[in-house]
Amino acid sequence: MFDFHKNHKLLFATAFLGFAMLSTVIAIIPALQMQEVKPLPGMKDLNSEELKGLRVYVSENCMACHTQQVRNIEMDQVWGQRPSLASDYYYSKKRLDLWRQSPSLLGSERTGPDLTEVGKRQPGQEWHLLHLYNPRIVVKESIMPAYPWLFEEKSPAMVTQKDVLVPVSDDLLKNPGYKLVAKPEAMALIAYLQSLVQIDVGQNLGPDFIPSTRKKKDQADGQESLDLVGVQLYAETCAACHQTSGEGIAGAFPPLAGSKIVNDPDANILVQIILSGYDARPEFGAMPGFANLLTDEEIAAIANHERNSWGNQAPAVTPGQVAEIRKFIQKQ
Amino acid sequence: MKRTTIILFLLGLSIFEVQAQTVPNPNTAQWWSSPGIIGTALLIAIVSFVAIIIIGSRLSTLIQHLQKKTESKNKESLKSELINLEAEELDLILEKRKAAKTYSLTGNELSGPNSIDDGRGLVTKITHDPENPLVDEKMRETLRLETPVALRNLLVWYLGAAVFWLVFGTLVGQYVGMKFIWPEMDQSAWLSFGRLRPVHTNTVFWGWASLAMVGLGYFVISRTSNTSIFSYTVAKVAWYLMNSAVLVGNILLMSGVNNGGGEYREYIWPVALLFALGLILTCYNFYKTVADRKISEIYISNWYLMGGLMWTITLVVIGYLPSYQDGLGETVIQGYYMHQGVGMWFMTFTLGLVYYYLPTALNKPIYSYSLGVLAFWTQMLFYTLIGTHHFVFSPLPWWLQTVAIVFSVGMFIPVLAGTTNFLMTMKGSWSAISKSYVLPFFLVGVVFYFVGSTQGSLQAFRLTNFIWHFTDFNVAHSHMTMYGIITFLLWACMYSIVPKVTGNEPPGLGVGIHFWMAFVGLFAYMISLMAGGTLRGLSWIEGEPFIQSVVLMQPYWVWRAIGGSLMFVSHLVFAYNFYEMAKKDKRPPVRPTTPFSSAQA
Repeated sequence: MFDFHKNHKLLFATAFLGFAMLSTVIAIIPALQMQEVKPLPGMKDLNSEELKGLRVYVSENCMACHTQQVRNIEMDQVWGQRPSLASDYYYSKKRLDLWRQSPSLLGSERTGPDLTEVGKRQPGQEWHLLHLYNPRIVVKESIMPAYPWLFEEKSPAMVTQKDVLVPVSDDLLKNPGYKLVAKPEAMALIAYLQSLVQIDVGQNLGPDFIPSTRKKKDQADGQESLDLVGVQLYAETCAACHQTSGEGIAGAFPPLAGSKIVNDPDANILVQIILSGYDARPEFGAMPGFANLLTDEEIAAIANHERNSWGNQAPAVTPGQVAEIRKFIQKQ
Repeated sequence: MKRTTIILFLLGLSIFEVQAQTVPNPNTAQWWSSPGIIGTALLIAIVSFVAIIIIGSRLSTLIQHLQKKTESKNKESLKSELINLEAEELDLILEKRKAAKTYSLTGNELSGPNSIDDGRGLVTKITHDPENPLVDEKMRETLRLETPVALRNLLVWYLGAAVFWLVFGTLVGQYVGMKFIWPEMDQSAWLSFGRLRPVHTNTVFWGWASLAMVGLGYFVISRTSNTSIFSYTVAKVAWYLMNSAVLVGNILLMSGVNNGGGEYREYIWPVALLFALGLILTCYNFYKTVADRKISEIYISNWYLMGGLMWTITLVVIGYLPSYQDGLGETVIQGYYMHQGVGMWFMTFTLGLVYYYLPTALNKPIYSYSLGVLAFWTQMLFYTLIGTHHFVFSPLPWWLQTVAIVFSVGMFIPVLAGTTNFLMTMKGSWSAISKSYVLPFFLVGVVFYFVGSTQGSLQAFRLTNFIWHFTDFNVAHSHMTMYGIITFLLWACMYSIVPKVTGNEPPGLGVGIHFWMAFVGLFAYMISLMAGGTLRGLSWIEGEPFIQSVVLMQPYWVWRAIGGSLMFVSHLVFAYNFYEMAKKDKRPPVRPTTPFSSAQA
């Protein structure tokens, strides 16, 4: 009966049906089940600008290097508040149009950072503009491609009110004296990136990270370890704009080295700026507030790192002081 | 010597695995560079080295001892034989010996009045200087298969296009590899990394490997069915369809039209449809040829070839139908699609080719038909279920991830069955390897089939996913398999069949250069990315700032680019070798040694 080696019809029909059946069980049925997923409460659909940005994201194949998934293991905690859920992708992973399918946003390579929460981590438009025009302006070690075709150089006479100018230094331009203007594609891509944040599902409702058994760094392990944490937190949170050297980027982000505010013996203004952001100087980009992202201990560690590096000299800030200032701001 | 290198390589790999298993939960920072660990590893290495030497010397004394024993036994029996001889017999022997002792040559034994004549065409090459300092002198191919002109042309067309895509695709790969070191190489949108990466992968997948496979498959299917191809026109139409899919798809990708970035389905559906139509026509053509076979059995190769074609068509259809692909549905399909693309198409089909070309290259039957059948069904059962192992710890259902991991281990069965079958077929013919320009490619391919596939199964574990997922280790693994297995085996098949069909052989030096540059290049590529990927994963586990892991990868990316360059240059040499093999035969036609109507396998 099972003369597979002589009956080609039987052999090929069995192979085909076997594979089709297995595929149905392992791919089509689970995929269909995923269609029943609903969005999280409070989630918003992408607006037309963000959707346009998503198309630029797909067209440039950013997925080749950037993931958008926070795995449920502790090492991924740096990329999001909680592990990603199926619902997170309800709006972003829909068929794009007749020609293009639902974008493969989860990705399989993390050559660059995960972007699940890049809208929270990097909310400033100026930073994104510079970074897209040439990533090495803001992150020296970056190997990300530059995207100059998302920008155009205009003679100052041609620049209109609506144009968004990118604060690059003159020697980076092909036409000296011209202004660098972001094309609509760049603005849409940035709008999309800024929209990338995780929806809060409450502390106990979301899935947990699988903890590693590695012992937590002892926070109270003397001044040295506190300082080490300051360096690291600064590198992760602040260095993208203010640079590891503390010198900032002329025309975009102010220097911290030698800054009056940073060196002020009274740390009040410095801590206030870290907590609630700053946009008082038109020659520099706007700084977002970090009140929701950093704890009092972390802000104190960052402030102390800034106050004692790059030639700066100022007395230490304690977490208690930060807590007081935080309370003061909340009252306002 | 070769065997020792392979064993050493396997040993090295196993150490790598063991090391990886202990990493996820390190309780001290930088434990892996601590003197204790390094010292222990060094000590173990010394001990193993000494152990190998000791075992080796013990074994050799044992063998010597056994040899001596047999020798003395022989002496004893000779003695007793002599003693028991009759006197007349003894005289006869002594007379004979006396005559032999006084015999002398006349000096003209090797000359004669006859003129030199190679009436049977046995001499294929006369050389007065056989010493080649770089590569072994290889045996010439004497077998000439009389092939219908149409089949010969079909083969050359498919393989020629494949060679073109190999050179183009790896040129692109080499270029994007260099961008890791010099990200500012160009400012052109069409050449940016994100757009070129899928051009590289899709070109080597759908251009190089697929066209080479189908071309080689046509020969197998006709030969082992003992009949001619059902329709040459259909084969030609499929050729145009598949090539235009790769061409149009690449242009679209470079201009920024990307289906959605899911790996290996970056071509938008109209382009994929062109390719799928090519596959459907090929499948129809193959099926009709097998159905029309002149022998009752379906040779095992044809199981794999037909399986590969039918499964891949199903796969493309499932991969591109939209109705279940919103949200994470797309991710489920992506895992399934990208893994089955490799497993059901490239791996299955290439195995089918090996089941024909390896035995014919060795001129002996395959070791076990049943093992081939076992591997076929288990390949279908296990491979199909493991796609989600690309998304371990993702928000996909936990059961789906577990199934994928469990059956990844199940893959040991078809892999071991296949490897055993091929190695046992080669057994007893090891000496032929150094004399053949085809077999080294087979050997490398088969060894990588075992190593690459097994390593892939281990990489699917949750523990190993901690360190290696998202790092360049994945890239190393995919090159180990798509290059080490598929590409090396396809080269082996091509070198083994084209000279038999066209009568032109590739230049020996060219094949040697091709082999060694590709082999060494692959190693540089693989080892550097595996080492770098491991360090990068550890850096992430340690919670170091991300950019630090970019900086630490730099030297490994340089080594990858060096390996990639060697591989690319070897492809240029290969393209030249192929040209030499495929060009019009200028020699007078050789007497056919096998009529086409008798199947060789």
